Amino acid sequence: MTEEPNFEESLAALEATVDALSRGDLPLDRALAVFEEGLGLYRRCHAILAESEQRVTKLIAAAEGLIEEPFPVE
Amino acid sequence: MDPISVTWENRPGVPPALTVTQLARIIRDTVRANPILSRILVRGEVSNLQPAPSGHVFFTLKDATAQLSCTVFREDAEVLGFDLEDGMDVVVSGDVDVFPRRGSVQLLVKAATPAGVGAFWAAYQKTRKKLAAEGLFDAVRKRPLPSFPRTIGVVTSEIGAVVHDIVTILRRRYPIAHIVVAPALVQGPEAPASLRRALAVVSDRVDVVIVARGGGSLEDLWCFNDEGLARAIAASRAPVVSAIGHETDVTIVDFVADVRAATPSAAAELVSPDATELMARINGAGRSLIGEIHEALRSVRNRAMALRERLSPRALQRGVETNRSVLERSFAGLSSVAPREVTRHRGRLEAIGRRLDVLSPLATLQRGYAIAEREDGHVVAHAAEVESGDALAVRFQDGRIRVHVNEEMEEP
Repeated sequence: MTEEPNFEESLAALEATVDALSRGDLPLDRALAVFEEGLGLYRRCHAILAESEQRVTKLIAAAEGLIEEPFPVE
Repeated sequence: MDPISVTWENRPGVPPALTVTQLARIIRDTVRANPILSRILVRGEVSNLQPAPSGHVFFTLKDATAQLSCTVFREDAEVLGFDLEDGMDVVVSGDVDVFPRRGSVQLLVKAATPAGVGAFWAAYQKTRKKLAAEGLFDAVRKRPLPSFPRTIGVVTSEIGAVVHDIVTILRRRYPIAHIVVAPALVQGPEAPASLRRALAVVSDRVDVVIVARGGGSLEDLWCFNDEGLARAIAASRAPVVSAIGHETDVTIVDFVADVRAATPSAAAELVSPDATELMARINGAGRSLIGEIHEALRSVRNRAMALRERLSPRALQRGVETNRSVLERSFAGLSSVAPREVTRHRGRLEAIGRRLDVLSPLATLQRGYAIAEREDGHVVAHAAEVESGDALAVRFQDGRIRVHVNEEMEEP
């Protein structure tokens, strides 16, 4: 299963790219590649946090087993 | 009046005399059909308590003027959550039923809670000591809460302020997480089993569970002192945060939970990172990223500038001038040393030259001799080295001539 990295993994990866760059020992082409990667992760984290719509469900026992139905919140 | 002589009017559908079995069944069916007699709560004092080897528990519930036989079947007795004792004031819930074989009316008890402060306190202390002795409250058993839960389970009543408060706070702080509400009864004799079921279904599918209830009386909160529920929380796959009643209420569930929160709102805050702080962290990382790449570029540019500086004509000029002065100093030194050395060695040089003259083949030639050579200059010293037809050279003092050997040597 190829699942998109979740928020926690993306944030950790973003901070790892900052660490890698701040050591200052990367050749320029590698540093630029790491920077591009970090920028992508930054946009991704930002988007996840800014655009997430909370999902609230209610777990109930039904004839066909456990089901989740939307839980109303005002 | 002689009872035998009593006559009854026949009624349609009713036989003139019932058997005992028939009557008992009618009573039983009447009792079972009456909604008031099922799922009832009854308060009284436990007496004549008799646990049977089969696991069922029999006792009599009584008050000042009446008594009632009670039976707790094994599967219900196992999840009662506390131990019944003679003299204990309890509220039981269950269904009234009739046992035709014994002609008795019984209450089939499904659940029970202590009633009255004394009974509550005694049962609470007993359960607490028992579970503490088993190590269920030990600090080493407490698990850390996940920093970034993807799913959060909420075991509580689906109506009321508690679930609303929790959802509202989670939505504000951490909208990424999926909230799964597992509705449960949070008071009454049926609550422990309901809470256990809700916990069981939710704990396998979430990263952390909140078990919560708003404030209430000692009786209202009693279900959170249930031994079976406490064991289920200890065994939960996901870590559990408890938030039961007000901050001053401490239930058995609070002791056994991984983290105890003062209120349901506090529980919601404990399980969720704050999105505002996270956004600041992300933005900080973004700024650092740009700062670091600028720093990397500046460092490369500085190195390039330094190299260009070293390659410039002005720098080259400086280099040449430096080298020239070194050369000049060396040359001056040499100039002063050379004549003296030459004079010092001249006598020796002339003597060596004279000896060379004597030994030189040139001196031999000047005395009128000639030397036979191969074309490569190798001196031919013996006639035996030469064969007829060889090309040789003969060197005189004023030059060389080429010769061909016509005949091999004559005998001397």
